[in-house]
Amino acid sequence: MPVCQDTGTAVVFLELGQEVHIVGGDLTDAVNQGVKRGYDAGYLRKSMVTRPFSARENTRDNTPAVIHTEIVPGANLRIRVLPKGGGAENCSRLTVLPPSRGHEGIVEYVVNLVDECGCNACPPLIIGVGIGGTSEQTMLLAKKSLLRKIGAHNTDPEIKGLEKKILDEVNSLGTGPMGYGGSVTALAVHIEVFPAHIASLPVAVNMQCWCSRHREALL
Amino acid sequence: MLLTGSMLTARDASHKLIVEALVNKADLPFDFDGQTIYYTGPTPVRPGHIVGSAGPTTSGRMDKYTPLLLEQGVKCMIGKGRRSAEVKQAMLKHHAVYLAAVGGAGVLLSHTIRRIAPVAYPELGTEAVFRLEVEDFPAVVINDIYGGDLYDTGKAHYRTK
Repeated sequence: MPVCQDTGTAVVFLELGQEVHIVGGDLTDAVNQGVKRGYDAGYLRKSMVTRPFSARENTRDNTPAVIHTEIVPGANLRIRVLPKGGGAENCSRLTVLPPSRGHEGIVEYVVNLVDECGCNACPPLIIGVGIGGTSEQTMLLAKKSLLRKIGAHNTDPEIKGLEKKILDEVNSLGTGPMGYGGSVTALAVHIEVFPAHIASLPVAVNMQCWCSRHREALL
Repeated sequence: MLLTGSMLTARDASHKLIVEALVNKADLPFDFDGQTIYYTGPTPVRPGHIVGSAGPTTSGRMDKYTPLLLEQGVKCMIGKGRRSAEVKQAMLKHHAVYLAAVGGAGVLLSHTIRRIAPVAYPELGTEAVFRLEVEDFPAVVINDIYGGDLYDTGKAHYRTK
């Protein structure tokens, strides 16, 4: 039985080797069929609705998956699935800071967000942060960072320092597990970075709940 | 607290329908007076089980609808996450309380459910209204009838920022 009843949106990351040739059907269809089969066989909850702005009618099979595909060197297909629950996903935010705000602006933005709504994301959290790119890329960086082993730091020493600083400040907020009060509001902060425009410092936050479910397969 | 007794499940979609019915003075297939509402949408039931995983969903999304339901006599709500100032005022006015269950503890909570019966809106699937009979369902008081809020006091106790 799923530890949490919110078995989420099926977020699927595909790394498609450029030597791979998919035959026998549409890759997107195949992923969605897999989601449908898995959510049926696993007695997982069907949590996707069409027309989210009005009728909100359940699709009854948890499709469509949200699929991010990257073409990479090689002859493999790497599939990573991250069922993302609504509570944590609803705390997603994006901002574009003036570049002059630097470290301080980033720390302040993330910490204030956790202070404001971290309670709803089922702490203790894993906080995904994206910095750089254009806005859609920034958000994707934050989401992708959640695929790391919890607590694994960015290999760049300066970014690692920023991860530690944000984690310390978040854990001084007092929110604690489930927001009942405590010194562990987050287990980790994972920051992914991409170069940015000379005028911009985009920062995205994607929170992950303590259930933090993801798995990968290599074909 | 460990709760034993009866509660109704309801979340986003059913709250919208319930409030529409109340506003249009249409009949509802259940009475709110004295009821407990548990904000949950369980996973499908495996053969041999009574209910699927059934942890709480974030209560704040139901805030808009809650004052009206409190006027109908709802006395207790169970979910997770903060309620709005308006909901807290309405709770004080109607002597209602808000409890939290642990998010993600869906299996543990499902083990306390002895019976589940459909009550309304079956077309909503997981979002339908069900009646649950529970035994020793663990919950923590967040908002009591004296204006207390554990999300405020707990956090303040540990805050060093």
